[in-house]
Amino acid sequence: MSTLVYINSRDGIAKSATEAITYAKKLGEEVIAITTGGADDATLASLGEFGASKVLVERSVSNDDAQQLTKVIATAAASTGASTIVFSHDLIAKSVAPRLSVRLKAGLISGAIEIPQGDTVKVNVFSGKAFGAVKIASEQKIISVLPNSLQPEANGSVCTVEEFNGNAGEAKIKLIETKIPDGEIPLPEAELVVSAGRGLKGPENWGMVEGLAKTLGAATACSRPVADIGWRPHHEHVGQTGVAIRPNLYIAAGISGAIQHLAGVNGSKVIVVINTDSEAPFFKAADYGVLGDAFEVLPRLNEAIKKFKASN
Amino acid sequence: MKILVCISKSPDTTSKIAFTDGNSKFDENGVQYIVNPYDEWYALVRALELKEANGGTVSIINVGTTQDDAIIRKALAIGADDAVRIDANPTDAYYVSMQIAAYAKANSYDLVLTGKETINYNGSQVGGMISEAMDVPFLSLASKLEINGTTASLETEIVGGLQLVEVELPIVVSCAKGMAEQRIPNMRGIMAARTKPLNVVAPIEVEMLTSYESYTLPEAKSACRMIDPENMDELVELLHQEAKVI
Repeated sequence: MSTLVYINSRDGIAKSATEAITYAKKLGEEVIAITTGGADDATLASLGEFGASKVLVERSVSNDDAQQLTKVIATAAASTGASTIVFSHDLIAKSVAPRLSVRLKAGLISGAIEIPQGDTVKVNVFSGKAFGAVKIASEQKIISVLPNSLQPEANGSVCTVEEFNGNAGEAKIKLIETKIPDGEIPLPEAELVVSAGRGLKGPENWGMVEGLAKTLGAATACSRPVADIGWRPHHEHVGQTGVAIRPNLYIAAGISGAIQHLAGVNGSKVIVVINTDSEAPFFKAADYGVLGDAFEVLPRLNEAIKKFKASN
Repeated sequence: MKILVCISKSPDTTSKIAFTDGNSKFDENGVQYIVNPYDEWYALVRALELKEANGGTVSIINVGTTQDDAIIRKALAIGADDAVRIDANPTDAYYVSMQIAAYAKANSYDLVLTGKETINYNGSQVGGMISEAMDVPFLSLASKLEINGTTASLETEIVGGLQLVEVELPIVVSCAKGMAEQRIPNMRGIMAARTKPLNVVAPIEVEMLTSYESYTLPEAKSACRMIDPENMDELVELLHQEAKVI
């Protein structure tokens, strides 16, 4: 028996991929990774450090066609005798894992935040307002792991990489163009996030937010009203109807903390709220609060962090 | 063009979340149900826009009990032509998806739309499962969808960005922000919805693959520690020493 882990290696090995391998390793069976295109053999071999015994690479599939990926992973699951298939719960998992579940008739748990306890796995439900313990009835299981739910553990050594023919069939989806902004930290994976809301009064004031994010090495985010009025792009909107994130640190400036916003960020390990209104509901969900004007506090915090970084 | 829009019922976004029966069941006491926002704002409204531009029909499908009729009528009031309810408890995503896929295949829909996820279970599973059961392409988290004859052009979210793709119908699409704007039903729509067809269909036999055994609520946060706005060095020190996040 083994555990098969699908890895997206298009842009190299993301931290979320090493988390998925670490998660799989904790299930106690041999861990085999499957990936398509992307990274070179030496990069893929480094997955061994996190517990993979072998990486299978199917280089004939280049894009993210869910039908093709499903076939490749199903073929790999059959040839490796996988009892569990693990994904990182990213955009690829969201389209491929449900297809695979139907193809293999294997129960799927989406967005696991812990390793299985007995026969159940813990997930977020009600947009992060509660947790559910889900049980899979089928013999074969599929689990997608929410990014930043566990720390990658590297205590192995490089593993072998083998070419794999996954019988992917033809792509039915024609790729016209890919738009990937340069140099930005993708929000769902970010460990540190600086976010701001209407309290910043206008898009021209976002320099303070970006400045602090740059000093910290954080991603930037915003509240729904700010995305709706076009001050910031939609992909930065966190909350119930935007992106749900669970960084280690979430700094929110000028956001009151409506229940819909909290739903997207209450998985954060530590929340810092900066607001001029002592009645802002966000303070109730915060670990640290700063009652003050973001226009003064953000630059001051930026300087304090620069000073800290310089001396550490 | 025949468009099928899948809708799920979800608790109003401001609902208090609580559980009963030894934390094994969602406490429905005092909960107001709505059409899952992603299904309504993005999938249904975009379907109506496509119908207005290209002609065709927009049908609603829901897997649920008579309790769901109210939200189905709401979707009809917004402008769908007719609806079908598969008369069953929506036990898990696999069960729901197999019901919808069987109906969609039997009735040859060109386009099946879902929201990107429900706000109660957040699984993002149903669209992909339907597509595999129908053996058609699945485009997840689409923020734009145009139809030209039998070809669909879409903008979808991918890891780290967006991609533009083209694909031949039939397809299944999960709809995300950017797809359309919320529409408020008018009085004429609400009146018309009362007489639009809502067919109730018996479910097919499908086994469940997953089950929710129990629920827990997050632990209450300890009181927020207030920091002097003049003293950001203290905050940085706490984030480093106490919270250990920087």
